[in-house]
Amino acid sequence: MARTLSAPVTVAFDYTRSTGPVLGRFLTGLRDGVLVAGRTSEGEVVVPPLEFDPVTHQATSDFVEVAPVGTVTSWTWVPEPVKGQPLDRPFAFALVTLDGATRPLLHAVDVSSPEEMSTGMRVRVRWAEERQGAITDIAAFEPDPGGDGVATTAPGTDEPVTGVVTPVALDYNYAASPEESAFYRGLNEGRIVGQRCPACQKVYIPPRSACPADGTPTAEEVELSQTGTVTTFCIVNVPFLGQKITPPYVSAYVLLDGADIAVLHLILGIPAEEVRMGMRVKAVWKPREEWAFSLENIDHFAPTGEPDADYDTYKQHL
Amino acid sequence: MRDVAVVGFAQRQMPEFDGSPTCVELLVPLFAECYEQTGWTRRDVGFWCSGSSDYLAGRSFSFVQAVDAIGVIPPVNESHVEMDLAWAMYEAWLKIQTGEVDTALVYAFGKSSAGVLRRTLALQLEPYTMTPLWPDTVSLAGLQARAGIDAGLWDETAMAEVANRSLTDAEKNEWSIRKGGSSVAELLARPVYADPLRKHDCSPVTDGAAALVLAAGDRAREVRDRPAWITGISHYIDPMGMGTRDLTRSPSAQRAGAALDLGGVEVAELHAPFSHQELILRRELGLADDVTINPSGGALTSNPMFSGGGIRVGEAASRIWSGEAGKVLGHATSGPALQQNLVCTMAADVEGAAN
Repeated sequence: MARTLSAPVTVAFDYTRSTGPVLGRFLTGLRDGVLVAGRTSEGEVVVPPLEFDPVTHQATSDFVEVAPVGTVTSWTWVPEPVKGQPLDRPFAFALVTLDGATRPLLHAVDVSSPEEMSTGMRVRVRWAEERQGAITDIAAFEPDPGGDGVATTAPGTDEPVTGVVTPVALDYNYAASPEESAFYRGLNEGRIVGQRCPACQKVYIPPRSACPADGTPTAEEVELSQTGTVTTFCIVNVPFLGQKITPPYVSAYVLLDGADIAVLHLILGIPAEEVRMGMRVKAVWKPREEWAFSLENIDHFAPTGEPDADYDTYKQHL
Repeated sequence: MRDVAVVGFAQRQMPEFDGSPTCVELLVPLFAECYEQTGWTRRDVGFWCSGSSDYLAGRSFSFVQAVDAIGVIPPVNESHVEMDLAWAMYEAWLKIQTGEVDTALVYAFGKSSAGVLRRTLALQLEPYTMTPLWPDTVSLAGLQARAGIDAGLWDETAMAEVANRSLTDAEKNEWSIRKGGSSVAELLARPVYADPLRKHDCSPVTDGAAALVLAAGDRAREVRDRPAWITGISHYIDPMGMGTRDLTRSPSAQRAGAALDLGGVEVAELHAPFSHQELILRRELGLADDVTINPSGGALTSNPMFSGGGIRVGEAASRIWSGEAGKVLGHATSGPALQQNLVCTMAADVEGAAN
C-alpha cells in the first residue's frame, strides 16, 4: 500500500486582462497581420513595445511598423514540448530581431531538428489561420525561403483590441498527507477517523499533520461517532452553477460526538425551516457499492430524533 | 542599525515527496531542529515569515495550512512572501531592524514534483506576450546559455567544469539529490538535451523545505559562539522582457553585489540553477579565483523551489559557525534567467554588521 493517497487534479482559470493602449496597439497589429514596435528615448526599436520608457518612464507613444522577417539572435532546442507551447512537436524557442527592430522578440521556430537552427539564420512569421489579437496570432517563425511574411487573410473586424483572455490549466498529481490518507481510507471502509493532539487532547477531523494550536504532530487515531450536533447552519436558497440539490436545502456544521472541530455537510430528511442549532443528527451513507476515498460516501446527515443538545455542549465550537 | 545574525538552519531535499504539498509534514521536524539548535520554543520566536506558492501546491491558501506546523495559540506574528526563503529572510531582517522583535524564524517549502515545474514557472512571466507561449524554464535558460556561448563569454567546457565541481562537492552533502563528479570530458560526452544544455547543466526538479533562524545582538550570542552576523543584504530586479536585457549579464546581481563590501569573502554560495548562471554571477559579483564557490554542491545538484536560495544563505552561514570561514556570501535568485537577485554577506566579526 502506498504511504499516501493521490489523485490527478487540474486547476484551470481563464485570465481576462485589459491591454491598455500600448499592448492593445501591438495586439491589434497582430490581429491585422502587422508587427508594431515602440521606439524608446534611447532610440531602441522594441517589439513588443514597452508600455513605459525604461529611462524617462514616459508612456510609449512613438510606434513604428517592423518587418515580419528577421534574424535569430539566440535559440534553444525544445526536445519535450509542454502543453500549451506553440508547437506540440520538438521545436526551437528563439530570440528573433525583426528587420527594423533593434531588440529581439521571443517566439517559436518550426523546424524538425536542431541541425536546422543557427544563430544568424533568417526567419519569417507564419501567421495563425485565424488571428484574434494575441501573441499566438504568430503561429511560429519558419526558415525564410524568400517570402515576405505578409498575412494573406484579412481581419474580421477593425475594432481595436482592448483585452486578452489567456486560458491557464495546470495538471497536478495531488497527494494527501498521511493523516488525510487515513481519513479517506477510513471513509472507504465506512468509518470516520480523526486524530488527537497529544498536547491539548483536541480531536481533529479531518486529521491534520499538526495541531494548529500547538504545532504538534497528531499521531493518535480516533474513530469518531457517526452521530453529532448541528452547531450552526445556513439555508441555501440561491441556485448556482454546478448545484446538485434543488434549493432550499441546509448546509450545516456538524460536531461529531468526540470531535473538537465540526465538519461541513448537508442536512436532509427534515424540512429546511425545521433545522436548528443543537439538533442531533446522524450520518446517512450512500450504498456501499458507491463508496470511494471521499467524504461524499456520507450522502447527508439526518435527524436522530433525540432531544436537542444543550447549548453549553457546543458553544465552544461556534 | 541593529546587529542581526543567522543562528539556525535546517533543510529537507528530495526528488519526490509523497505527502501533501502543504508540506506541514516536512516543516514540523524542521522547526524541531531549529528549536534544538537554539534552545528556544516557538514562543521565543518574535516573527515568522514563509515563502511558497499555490501554483506549486495546486491548491489555494497552502501557506495558511502550513502555519499549522507553528501552532498559533497564543497567536503568532506571521507573514508570507510568494518568493524564495531568502526574501522571507529579508523581510524578517527588516522586521528586526524596526526594533519590534529580536528573533525570527523564516521558512519556505515547495513540492515541485506535483506538477510540471518548468511549465508552471511560465506563470511568473509577462502575461500578455510571454505566458501564452508557455516558455519553459529550461528553454529560457538555454537562450541565455547560447547568448553567452555566441558572445564568446563562456563555452560548453566552462559549463561542464561548473557541473563537474558541483557534482563532486555534492557527494559530501546528504541533501543533494544529484551527485557524483567524473570529468569534464565525460560530461561533455553525454548527449545534448535542450541544445545547448545537457541535463547536468540544469538543476534537477527537487521537492523540499528549509528554515533559517535570525536573532539580534545578545539573543544571537546566547545561541552560537560564532553567530553569522549579517554584514550586508541587498536585492535588485531586472526588467521582465527577455528581449530588453542583455541575457549574458545580470545587472541586478551586479548592483546587489556593488551595494555591499564583498572584500575578503572566502566562501560564496551562489544560487545558480543552470551551470552557465554560476559563470554570470561570478563575473557580476567580481569574485576572485580564490573564493570557494558552492562547497555544498549548489543548486545545480539540488534546487527545491522557494527554498533553494535560502539554503545558500544557510549553507554559507554554517561555514561561519564551524569556524571554516570568517566571511561568506549567500546569493539567491528568482524569476527567469537570473532576473531577480539577492546578495547577503555574513561574517564572524560583528564589526561592520550594522553597515
